[in-house]
Amino acid sequence: MIEFHNVHKTYRVAGREIPALHPTSLRVEDGQVFGLIGHSGAGKSTMLRLINRLEAPSGGKILVDDVDVTALDADGLRGFRRQVGMIFQHFNLLSSKTVADNVAMPLTLAGDMSRAQIDQRVAELLARVGLSDHAKKYPAQLSGGQKQRVGIARALATKPKILLCDEATSALDPQTTASVLRLLAEINRELKLTIVLITHEMDVIRRVCDQVAVMDAGVIVEQGAVADVFLHPKHPTTRRFVQEDEQVDENEQNTDFAHVQGRIVRLTFQGEATYAPLLGTVARETGVDYSILAGRIDRIKDTPYGQLTLAITGGDMDAAFARFTAADVHMEILR
Amino acid sequence: MDTLINLFSNVDWYEIWLATGDTLIMLGVSLAFTVLLGLPLGVLMFLTSPRQLLENKPVYATVGLIVNMLRALPFIILLIVMMPLTEIITGTSLGILGTLPPLIAGATPFFARLVETALREVDRGIIEAIQAMGATTRQIIVKALLPEARPGILAAITVTAIALVSFTAMAGAVGAGGLGDLAIRYGYQRFQNDVMFVTVVLLLVLVQILQTVGDRLVAHFSHR
Repeated sequence: MIEFHNVHKTYRVAGREIPALHPTSLRVEDGQVFGLIGHSGAGKSTMLRLINRLEAPSGGKILVDDVDVTALDADGLRGFRRQVGMIFQHFNLLSSKTVADNVAMPLTLAGDMSRAQIDQRVAELLARVGLSDHAKKYPAQLSGGQKQRVGIARALATKPKILLCDEATSALDPQTTASVLRLLAEINRELKLTIVLITHEMDVIRRVCDQVAVMDAGVIVEQGAVADVFLHPKHPTTRRFVQEDEQVDENEQNTDFAHVQGRIVRLTFQGEATYAPLLGTVARETGVDYSILAGRIDRIKDTPYGQLTLAITGGDMDAAFARFTAADVHMEILR
Repeated sequence: MDTLINLFSNVDWYEIWLATGDTLIMLGVSLAFTVLLGLPLGVLMFLTSPRQLLENKPVYATVGLIVNMLRALPFIILLIVMMPLTEIITGTSLGILGTLPPLIAGATPFFARLVETALREVDRGIIEAIQAMGATTRQIIVKALLPEARPGILAAITVTAIALVSFTAMAGAVGAGGLGDLAIRYGYQRFQNDVMFVTVVLLLVLVQILQTVGDRLVAHFSHR
């Protein structure tokens, strides 16, 4: 479990104090995939680096499994860092070492395993990330996705309990991003690893995270289960992120709908309800007509969801609304 | 054939052979000491510079000042200024032995700066990654910084070796021996152009060999 208690961070640049993180409290449960989303400069990178104290906090307390990270001495900090893996946007592999030697690095640094043990562990790790054939190559010979897999194998070498991901997919193309995210989800599930990731893409949050915190100007502006935050965003920053992901422009949509007849509602389905034949049933029973103005059916991590914007005309509209509300569906009346 | 030999009538090939040997010894020994002293000095300068692992303004400023002072001095002046000190260290200011201290004193600061620059080229992200693994400062230097900077350091050694070749030639002016000494004593002072020509060609060949070997090593260790 990772806990932030009133943690804040201020940088001194050219004699001026620049706050990067305002006093923040936060809790990440064991085994969770926790996403921090924000634009650059929002403070998410600072928050991530506070966890393994690559950045020292200006105040507050950070507890990891009840150990006060802020109070560790140099030796204690080194030992603690070995239990926390980290991967990076630009992979940060050693260009002078082979893939196998890169993965072995944390083990050689720890110095408590024999060469044979290290070799065996490296082989296991490379097999897990699907790079067994590339052990003797140098990072420059690999694609971006392969480099990040090496990064992941390296981060897992010391069997950490926590994995920190610093924009781990931001330098990758969409397909590679998807496969790296699948790998992260897989290790989270199989190794019961707690993952904290930062990103500026809502899509990354939607695919792998359980919990999300949205950051803006050094403050967490919204936080909760991914489905809640994603489907019912409250803060303007969150809404912008969701719209970016859905490639929807709220203003454009409002103008487009201006001439549409009838009431406009938005229905949000989650889980099995996504597949229930609700619209047809309600239309038949209440005599309303509907047209679908906008919609998306997708998954949030492993849960299917649908979000439809409908224009409803004719029939017994109130009865239809009552039916929607009674069903396992969230309804908002937009107009 | 006779005309070819006559063309080089002043050249005593045995002396050329000895002088080449002297130059190579001066170069080899001074280069070894320069690397031995300059590498740690360069690492120290890098680590104590602003925003680095062991940031330390007074140390960085002091070392930097000494390095700059030694580098600002033309080598021929350094040779003469250092004579008393050289005599204390080696017992003589003449011959090969008498040249080594100024050669090393002249090349070490130069090499250290190049090492510092090579280390600066190492991606900060790599240092951060290895810190995040729980590495000690020593491990960061030995396991990450130096291996990553190896091509740059090899290039720095090459450049320094070539600078040392020219330093040894200059040292010839104050009685050091070697090819530079021959060029000055015979070629310049006795107008024996053939001796001058042979020494210049040999120095050129030496520089060319050093550069080629250096480039090959850099290429071999470069995996970017």
